[in-house]
Amino acid sequence: MTVGFMPLRHANGVPHFARGASGPAWIALGVAALVLLVVFPVCNLVVPPGSALHISDYWVTLGGKIMCYAIVALAMDLIWGYTGILSLGHGLFFALGGYAMGMYLMRSIGAEGVYHSELPDFMVFLDWKAYPWYWRFTDRFWYAALLVVLVPGLLAFVFGYFAFRSRIKGVYFSIITQALTYAAMLLFFRNDTGFGGNNGFTDFKRILGFSITAPATRMALFVITAAALLGFLLLGRAIVRSKLGRVLTAIRDAESRVMFSGYDPLWFKLFVWTLSAVICGIAGALYVPQVGIINPGEMSPANSIEIAIWAAVGGRGTLIGPVIGAAVVNLGKSWFTQTLPEYWLFALGLLFILVTLFLPRGIAGLWKGKAS
Amino acid sequence: MDTLKSRIAAALRRVAVAALACWATQAGAGVAPATIRDLAFGDSDARGQAIAAIVASGDAAALPLLQAVLDGDVKTAGDDRVLQVKGDEAVDLLTGKTVKPLPDNLDDLVVNNRMRRELGTAIAALKLTSTDRATRLAAARELQNGAEEDALPAISAALGKEADPEIKGMLALTQASIQLASRDKATRLAAVKALGNSDSGATKTLLLGVLERKNGQYVEPDAEIRSEAELSLRAVDSRLSKGELFARVFSGISLGTILLLAALGLAITYGLMGVINMAHGELIMVGAYATYVVQNLFRAYAPGAFDAYLLCAIPAAFAVSAIVGMVLERTVIRWLYGRPLETLLATWGLSLILIQAVRTIFGAQNVQVENPSWMSGGVEIMTNVVLPWSRIAIIAFSGIVLTLMWLLLTRTRLGLFVRAVTQNRAMASSLGVPTARVDMLAFGLGSGVAGLAGCALSQIGNVGPDLGQSYIVDSFMVVVLGGVGQLAGTVYAALGLGVVNKFLEAWQGAVLAKIAVLVFIIVFIQKRPQGMFALKGRTVEA
Amino acid sequence: MTGLLTSAMADRGSSLGGRVATGGVDISHRGILYLESISVSFDGFKALNDLSLTIDAGELRCVIGPNGAGKTTMMDVVTGKTRPDAGTAFFGQTIDLTRLTEPEIADRGIGRKFQKPTVFANHTVFENLELARKADKRVWPTLRAKLDSTAHGRIMAILETIKLVPEAGRLAGLLSHGQKQWLEIGMLLMQEPQLLLLDEPVAGMTDDETMRSAELFRTLAGDYTLVVVEHDMDFVARIADRVTVLHEGHVLAEGSMQQVQENEQVIEVFLGR
Repeated sequence: MTVGFMPLRHANGVPHFARGASGPAWIALGVAALVLLVVFPVCNLVVPPGSALHISDYWVTLGGKIMCYAIVALAMDLIWGYTGILSLGHGLFFALGGYAMGMYLMRSIGAEGVYHSELPDFMVFLDWKAYPWYWRFTDRFWYAALLVVLVPGLLAFVFGYFAFRSRIKGVYFSIITQALTYAAMLLFFRNDTGFGGNNGFTDFKRILGFSITAPATRMALFVITAAALLGFLLLGRAIVRSKLGRVLTAIRDAESRVMFSGYDPLWFKLFVWTLSAVICGIAGALYVPQVGIINPGEMSPANSIEIAIWAAVGGRGTLIGPVIGAAVVNLGKSWFTQTLPEYWLFALGLLFILVTLFLPRGIAGLWKGKAS
Repeated sequence: MDTLKSRIAAALRRVAVAALACWATQAGAGVAPATIRDLAFGDSDARGQAIAAIVASGDAAALPLLQAVLDGDVKTAGDDRVLQVKGDEAVDLLTGKTVKPLPDNLDDLVVNNRMRRELGTAIAALKLTSTDRATRLAAARELQNGAEEDALPAISAALGKEADPEIKGMLALTQASIQLASRDKATRLAAVKALGNSDSGATKTLLLGVLERKNGQYVEPDAEIRSEAELSLRAVDSRLSKGELFARVFSGISLGTILLLAALGLAITYGLMGVINMAHGELIMVGAYATYVVQNLFRAYAPGAFDAYLLCAIPAAFAVSAIVGMVLERTVIRWLYGRPLETLLATWGLSLILIQAVRTIFGAQNVQVENPSWMSGGVEIMTNVVLPWSRIAIIAFSGIVLTLMWLLLTRTRLGLFVRAVTQNRAMASSLGVPTARVDMLAFGLGSGVAGLAGCALSQIGNVGPDLGQSYIVDSFMVVVLGGVGQLAGTVYAALGLGVVNKFLEAWQGAVLAKIAVLVFIIVFIQKRPQGMFALKGRTVEA
Repeated sequence: MTGLLTSAMADRGSSLGGRVATGGVDISHRGILYLESISVSFDGFKALNDLSLTIDAGELRCVIGPNGAGKTTMMDVVTGKTRPDAGTAFFGQTIDLTRLTEPEIADRGIGRKFQKPTVFANHTVFENLELARKADKRVWPTLRAKLDSTAHGRIMAILETIKLVPEAGRLAGLLSHGQKQWLEIGMLLMQEPQLLLLDEPVAGMTDDETMRSAELFRTLAGDYTLVVVEHDMDFVARIADRVTVLHEGHVLAEGSMQQVQENEQVIEVFLGR
C-alpha cells in the first residue's frame, strides 16, 4: 500500500474510506470491554479478598474514576481532534453534570447529616430555612438526570452560539473558555450561591435507595460507567465515519473552503460542541457517586487544561487515543502523588512539553507509525 | 479666632470668684484658694463648679492638683486645711507650706463617680495644651467619649493652637457635639453651619443625630436648625462622595497600571510574535522572587542602605525574568512558532515546572517583601482618603516602562526588526534580519517586563509561588480586549479594566465584579472579535 | 434574546444548504452579476473605488490588472467575505449579495476558487469531491447522508473531467500543485454553480496543464458563467470573450482582448512611463 492512500472499502458497490482507528485497535477495544464488563465484576464481587485474583475496591473506584476521565477525553477529541476547537474550559461541563447529580445525592441524605435536618448541612450552617428555587425537584432522580444533560448542554449551546457566530477561533476561543470556567469557579466558591461553597457536596449516603458505599453499588456504577464509555466510543465512531464527521475535519483543515462549499460551519460546530458538553456532563454525573465528592476545584482552569493533555498524549483524532491517554496520565498521577508527590507537577509539566514537541500524534500516532 | 477669644473672656468672667494670681511651683499654683476650699469642703455641686472653674481657666499648672485629687493624695485636716500628701509629709495647698509630720486628723476627700468623671474630663481638657503629641492625642480621644459644656473653652483654646490635623479633627468634632447639645439656639445654629465645612464621616453621624426622631418627635425642636442641618448634611455628603469617587478612580488607575505592567510583556510576545505564553504569570512571579532575594542580600550585607534595595531589585528582576524567558524560548518555544495551540499547552507545562521549582527552592509559603521606608505611608488629600506612596510610585513606574518600551519598539533597530519579523517573517529573513536572534530578544524583552511587574507587585501584595496564577487570566483579558499588534490597545484596555473592576467591586463585591468583567469581555469579543484596536485588512490573517 | 434567536432561525432557514433547487437566479435580463459603484477601504487604503461591472450569463470574462488593483477584493465582495462600504452587488435580478453570508452565497450558485489552492488536505480526492457535492447541507441531513450510486456516478464523472481518476484514494494534501488546482476546480463543479469565480487558476501549472485548463474553461462557458482573474496574457487571449482591466480599484477599460491591448491608458498603466 503506497503512502497516503486510504484503504478503499466497498459496500453495495459504493466505495468508502475507513476512518478512526484501524481494525486491530477495535479488537483491543473488544477485549477491554470484556475485561471491564465481566472480569472486573467477577474478580471483585465473587472472588474472595484473600485470593490472588481478587480486584480490590480501591482499584474498582480508581478504575471507575479513570473511565469517567476517559469519557471526557473522548468528548474532547470530538471537538479538538476532529473539529479543531481547543476548549480549555471543558472541566466546567464535567463539573456541572457532577453538581447536578450531587444535588440529588445531597437530597438523598435525608436527615442523616450532622445537623439532622432535612436540609443539607451547609445550608443549616448558613442559617437557611428552605431550599432555594433551583433546588426544587432535585430529590427526584429523573429530574436530576435531566439536569445533568440540560445544564451543560444549554450553557454550551448558548455560549457556543455566540462564540461561533462571531467567528471566534483558535487561541482567542481557548482563552475565552478559560475565562468562562474561571468565572464559574469563582461563583461556586461563594457560599451564598447555594452549592456548598468551597466544600461542595460530600458525605453522600445513598443513591436510588442503595447504600453508596456498598460493594455491589460500587460495582454497579463501575459497570454502568464502562458501558457508557463503550457506548460513547461507538457513538463517536458512527459520527466520525459519517459525512458529518468529514465535514468536521474539513472545518478543522480549511474552514473557508467549507463555507464556500455551502456548509454553515456554525451549526456543525455547535452540534459537536453541545454533544461534547453533554457527554462531559454525563461523565461528571457518573464520577460524583464513585468518588463521593464534588467541589468548585473541578472547575479550575488547571483541570480543564489537563483534559487537553490527555487527548494530546493519547493521540488526537483517533477516539481511542484520548481514552488511552486519559488512562495513562491518570494512572501516572495516581502513582506519583503516592510515591513522589513533590515531583508530580514536574512530571506533568514535562509531559506537556515532550508531547507537544516530540509526540504530536500521541501514543496512537506511535502505534499507527509502526503499523504502516 | 474672635469668637474663641470672646469665649475665653466670657469664661473668665464667669469665674467671678477671683482673678488668678500666679503661684509658681506647688500643686494648686495658680488656683485660687477659694476654689481649692470648694473642691475640698464643698458639696457635689460646689465641687463641680470648682472643677469647671479650673478647666475654664485653661491653666495647665492646675493639672497636678486635679491629678492628685483623682489619685486620692489630697486630704483635708480639720475644717480649714487642705493638704497634698507626698509620702510622710504634706503640702498645705492654701498656704504653700510644708507640713511635717502628717497630722492625725487627715480625712480623705470623697471622690464619687460623678466627681471622678468630671475630674477625668477636666484633666483631659487641660492636657490638651501639653507639648507631647501622644498626650494630646490621648486627651482628645478621652474627651470624645464624653465631655461637658464646661470643657468647651479649653477645647476651643486648644483648637486654636493645635496644628496636628488628626487631633484637630477630633477636637473639632468634640467641640461640635458639645455645641450641638447647647441650650443656646445661636450656639447650636452656628455649630450646625460650621459642621457643613467638614469632610469627615463622623460629622455626618452628628448631623444625622440632629435630624433624628424619637417616638415620632424630633430631638431638635427648632425647625431652622433642622433645615440648616440638612443643608450641611448635603454639603458633607457631596464632599464625602467626591472623596470616595476620587479614591475609587485612583485605586482603579492603580490596578490598571499593575494590569498594564503584567499584560505589556504578554502583549509583546503574543501581539507581536503570535506566541501565547501560559508561563507568563510565572515570569512575573520570578521577578517578584528576584526582588525578594535582592532584599535579603541587602538585609544581610548592607542593612544601612536597605532603602535603596529597590534600585538594585528593578534591574535584577528584569534581568532574571528576561534570562529565564530567553532560555524557555530557545529550548521549547521556538520549535512551536506557527502552532499556537501547541504553544499554549507546552508553555502551560513550563509554568507547572516553574511553580514547582520555586516551591522546592523557596518553600510553598508566601515570603515577606518589605517596602523601603520612602514608600510607606501616603498622601492625604481628604480625611480618610489616603493615596499610598507605593501605588503612586508604581503608577509612575509603569508610565516610565511604557515610554521606554514604546521608544524601544519605534526608535531602535531591534524594535524595527521585531516589527518586521512580526509582519512578514520570510521577507524579513530574506532581507538579512537574524530572525532567530530577534525572536529570542523580543521574547526576553517581554519576559523582562513581566519581571518588572513582579517587582512592582512585591511591593503591594503577597509573594508566593502562585502569584502568577492570579494575574494570568487578567493579563490575557487585557490582551484580548485591547487587540493585537498595537500597544495603545493594551494601555486603554488595562486602564479601562482596572477602573471598571474597582467601580464594580465597590458596588457588588470583588468576586461578582470579576465575574461581571469576564462576562463583559466575552460579550465584547462577540462584537469586535479582534479587540479594540485591531489591525484590519489582509496583512493580518487570523 | 428572542430577537437574536429568531433571526438566527431565519438565518438558518435561508442557509438551507443546497436544497436541490432549479437555478433560482433571475437572468431574464441577460446579466448574471451586477456590481455598481462598489467601494471598499481597509484602514484608509481604498481597495475598491467606485467599481462598476456587469457580467452576462454564459460569458467568460477575464479580469486583469496590476497587483493591488483590487481583483481579489472584488471577488471577496461577490462571495460575501467582505462587505462593501458603498455600492450594490446583485446576483441576477433579485439576489442581493451584500445581505447574505458566504455559505448562503455559495448555495445560491456562486463558486469560488482561491488563489492559493484550498482543498481538504486530510481527506482523499474522492472525499473532497463528495463533500463539495451539491446536496442538503444542513447538520441533520449531513449526518444521515449516504453515498448512493447517482452521487457516486457524478463524482466519477468529475474525476474524469479533471483527470484525477487514479488519484481518487490519495490524500489531497499529497497532490502536486497543479493537481490541487484541478481538484479545487472539480470541487467547484460538484457544487453545480452558475457563476464561477476563478482566482489565478493556472498559476504554477505546466504549459500542458495550462492548455488543458483553457480547453476546460471554454467548454464550461455557455452553460456556466466564468470570471477568471489571471496574469498570463496568452492564456487570457485564448479563453476570454471579454476582458476587464482593473486599476487602483476602478475599471480602467473593458472590451475584447484586442481592444484592451490597444487602449492607451492600459498601455500606460502596464508599461509605465
